[in-house]
Amino acid sequence: MSDRGTLTSPEPLVRADARLDRRRRFGSLFDAPHEGRVGVLFPPLDVPEADPAALYGKEHRPGVEGEVEASEVDVVRHFTRLSQLNFAIDTALYSLGSCTMKHNPRLNEEIARLPGFNDTHPYAPEHLSQGNLELLFRLEEALKVLTGFSRVTLQPSAGANGELAGVLMIRAAHVKAGNARKHVLVPDSAHGTNPATAHFAGYSVIELASSPRGTLDLAELDAKLTDDVAALMITVPNTLGVFEENILEIAKRVHAKGAYLFLDGANFNAFVGKVRPADMGVDVMHMNLHKTFSTPHGGGGPGAGPVGVGPSLVPFLPMPTVERAGEGFRLDFDRPDSIGKMRAFYGNFGVLVRALTYILSYGSSINEVAENAVLNANYLRKRLEPFYHLKYDAPSFHEIVFSDHRQAAMGVHNIDIAKRLMDFGFHPPTMSFPLIVAGALMIEPTESEGKDELDAFADAMIAIAEECETSPGIVTSAPHTTPVGRLDEAGAAREASRPGNFAPVLRAPVR
Amino acid sequence: MRYIPNSPAERDSLLAAVGVASIDDLFATVPRVVYHTEPPGLPPPASEIEVRRDLGRVAAKNAHLGDWTSFLGAGLYSHHSPAFVSQLLLRGEFLTSYTPYQAEVAQGTLTAIWEFQTHMALLTGLDVANASMYEGASAFVEAVLMAERLTKRKTKVVVSAGVHPEYRQCLRTYLVNFPFTIVEVPLGKDGATDAGALAAAVDDATFAVCVQSPNVFGVVEGWRAAAGAAHAHDALAIAVVNEMFSLAVLEPPGAAGIDIACGEAASFGLPPSFGGPLVGFLACRDAAKRQIPGRLAGRTTDADGRPGFCLTLSTREQHIRRERATSNICTNQGLFALAASMTISVLGKKGLREAAVQCLSKAEYLKASVKALPGPFSVAFTGKTFNEFALHCGVPVAEVLRRAEARKVLAGVPYARLEPAAPAYRDLLLVAVTERTPRSGLDALLDTLRSF
Amino acid sequence: MSVYPDDRRYSRSHEWIRVDGDVGTIGISDHAQKELGDVVFVEMPDVGEIFDAGQEFGTIESVKAVSELFLPVAGEILEVNKVLTDEPGAVNEDPHGDGWLVKIKLSSDAEMDTLFNAADYEKFVEEEAKA
Repeated sequence: MSDRGTLTSPEPLVRADARLDRRRRFGSLFDAPHEGRVGVLFPPLDVPEADPAALYGKEHRPGVEGEVEASEVDVVRHFTRLSQLNFAIDTALYSLGSCTMKHNPRLNEEIARLPGFNDTHPYAPEHLSQGNLELLFRLEEALKVLTGFSRVTLQPSAGANGELAGVLMIRAAHVKAGNARKHVLVPDSAHGTNPATAHFAGYSVIELASSPRGTLDLAELDAKLTDDVAALMITVPNTLGVFEENILEIAKRVHAKGAYLFLDGANFNAFVGKVRPADMGVDVMHMNLHKTFSTPHGGGGPGAGPVGVGPSLVPFLPMPTVERAGEGFRLDFDRPDSIGKMRAFYGNFGVLVRALTYILSYGSSINEVAENAVLNANYLRKRLEPFYHLKYDAPSFHEIVFSDHRQAAMGVHNIDIAKRLMDFGFHPPTMSFPLIVAGALMIEPTESEGKDELDAFADAMIAIAEECETSPGIVTSAPHTTPVGRLDEAGAAREASRPGNFAPVLRAPVR
Repeated sequence: MRYIPNSPAERDSLLAAVGVASIDDLFATVPRVVYHTEPPGLPPPASEIEVRRDLGRVAAKNAHLGDWTSFLGAGLYSHHSPAFVSQLLLRGEFLTSYTPYQAEVAQGTLTAIWEFQTHMALLTGLDVANASMYEGASAFVEAVLMAERLTKRKTKVVVSAGVHPEYRQCLRTYLVNFPFTIVEVPLGKDGATDAGALAAAVDDATFAVCVQSPNVFGVVEGWRAAAGAAHAHDALAIAVVNEMFSLAVLEPPGAAGIDIACGEAASFGLPPSFGGPLVGFLACRDAAKRQIPGRLAGRTTDADGRPGFCLTLSTREQHIRRERATSNICTNQGLFALAASMTISVLGKKGLREAAVQCLSKAEYLKASVKALPGPFSVAFTGKTFNEFALHCGVPVAEVLRRAEARKVLAGVPYARLEPAAPAYRDLLLVAVTERTPRSGLDALLDTLRSF
Repeated sequence: MSVYPDDRRYSRSHEWIRVDGDVGTIGISDHAQKELGDVVFVEMPDVGEIFDAGQEFGTIESVKAVSELFLPVAGEILEVNKVLTDEPGAVNEDPHGDGWLVKIKLSSDAEMDTLFNAADYEKFVEEEAKA
């Protein structure tokens, strides 16, 4: 519990008077029931009206008690006001490490909304869905060019789902070869989804300690790489922003033991178009289209997590795949070794449309993405190094991991710095991992920031570093200019944990 | 490039500040043998003008539902999407914001999540719903895994054949490495799960009993048989719903003894978009909330007592629990949970019911008309339905589709497409309607059937 | 004068145990609650469950972290602290008193000798901090 020094808020009156600026007053639509208001008109019923009470008897439900009643005006206003409470990449730089918060091009939105894509049903006959199948085919081809893999499945719904598909394919391959094996190796710097995924696929996780440089230690790898290991899951560059220089040697050793090398592609933005994972000896890699390929984060999804595989894993791909059929395309369900399906239908198709639009827009110049992402991150490193502690000294790629070590000496922690950054109009960096850096501040600007925005961010971080020395109280009690002050997350968790305390819901009685 | 702000001069000044001569110097730690200095083998960059022409041409090769009369359902139904929904979704603060981990700058997103959770809880009659799942099939899998965690030391899951075949296929995919048995229970002649077979399949080793209603044949099964069978052996009852408008006129799972409800909420204003993105849901009773996967928004206050929302019970999730997480799920379907909330809000209590009554009425009209037809078609099952039913075709289904297509009608989903290895049902066509289906469309389908 | 009460023993994983006849009361130390931050939930075992020394018997959660709880000596769960269901913060406020976690019936007291006394535990915590 941090020390709350004396507060000298720059805008003390903004939140004091509840009558001022009604936009800052908000709540849910459930707080203000407006009985009798309506929001939709339906066409007149053009068939005889059925009577659900007569039809369903005891199973009839007269209505959804407790539901909202509102006009279109109420709903549009409510959600518009809500939107104004959010930060967004459309407004300012997001320094969130490992999230690749880059600009979301509006052309992607327009193309995804073409009725010919948007208003199509997955079970329409194949000959009436040739455009959709062509899009899937072309996206797979483009991702094959960028990764060097033999095939890419577009089915997984998000990165974590893609990771799972990848590990399930690895396991299916081992089982087919006669020995499922027992363990998956994961570096201690890995994102939480990696061990969670391995465990889900039935493997126990063995953690590898990172070297002092933050990379994989070859001696550590040799010690733990046994014949019982099914795979090594790595992230390149790793979560510290450092490229595994020994990647080719690592791949060689993993393959020598008959294991697979899985690459978590969350950091693909650091080398897309410049390095092909298959060339590094990677057998399977998932990608995050909502990171590297600009599809919008949408406040927490949807994403898409395509998975590229080398030739040995192709038989195990989820079904259906998209294949050429004469001049057109077809869905192939005849895949006896397929792991099955990760979801209904074919994937987050609308997200896939956006990604292909993005790839077409960049074309062969897509290598500029990684070049500028790495340049921008290194520029921020140069500007911030004098003020923030860097635990691992290796060259940075697309993100830098500072820590709050220096500021902690003055009683200020990374969470305080994060909250104060909000007052400067910037979304905070990632703090919750990697676990091996205490008090982490993981910063990834991406390529879609100009020098002016980078400087504004650096200036803000430097100003906060100075505040930590001169008036730490203003940092530890931040934020001051947001619609609400620092929220009590412990209180929220306690409230949520208490029996019967979660949501004030009206329940139909159990008869 | 227009998405990379820095000009060449600005890039040079950054290089100078960093202290390297060229960008290649920043990639020095990449092994040379894998480092490409030449551009990747993709076509040259395309302008918006060119992309619009290219992908516009591709999109035009598809039959889209604004142009055709569609009776396609089978888990995804084309309901009305209010005009303002897609426009509000384009607001940058919704479209381009991040997961609301930093609550103070994400109260918009968090309030919307709270509302989505509340809508799902009200519709299902349960206590707690999460911030959404990817879609219905994976939500179903997560519900089954949740039931296992809640019961512990049990190994069997009983699933009705009325649950969508793709959902059942997903369950087999995800559970392949778990020591569990999946037992499928057949349907009876009325099209609902065979009650006797269900009761016989459930024993003390069972941790979950799963039924879908309306089921894949559109038959309204109700929940009580499954709940009773499950509880008789200390198992949990799981309800699958992928047409949520049914919950506006039918008894919700929570009122009928169901423990966990899951499925697809895309009926609320989402475009079908060739099957994704959609929005799954998962709801449970309060006592089970610690085991619910995915994100949860909760209420809280700041130091001055101002109310707000934040993500909570995060210790269940992968970024903290790692291999002990309840699931490996990270992303949810944020933007589309928002769309569903917007749609449900503007429909409201009255609109939900009116839309449901329209769906039911149009389906009943179609069924009655089919029953009156002299030809080779009949309603396959006697069970009650909502907005979808199975049409038995005494002629090849492909021919029905072909003749309908000539009238610009997509007559329905052949069941054989969902489950090729189910010969008993290969003559069935799944026919679905919504409040968008006009009388002229219904009659066009009937005319097609009359032509046989 | 030690922060840590003399009337009990401490484990390397920062639990304490105070023994009264063959009944032991177990909690986490003040150091542990500080490291955790605001406790939001404690996952308790069932009464009657039996654990070995060093076996995990539950977990304790703060907003951002989860810690396993390990039983310092072998025993059977007699009682769990019901106060913590509504007031998990009691672990932070009074970790050595009202914030106790479980009471057990000891299977044997052999393992008591392997645990720290208050003075040794304080030294252990200091050395851990330096590492």
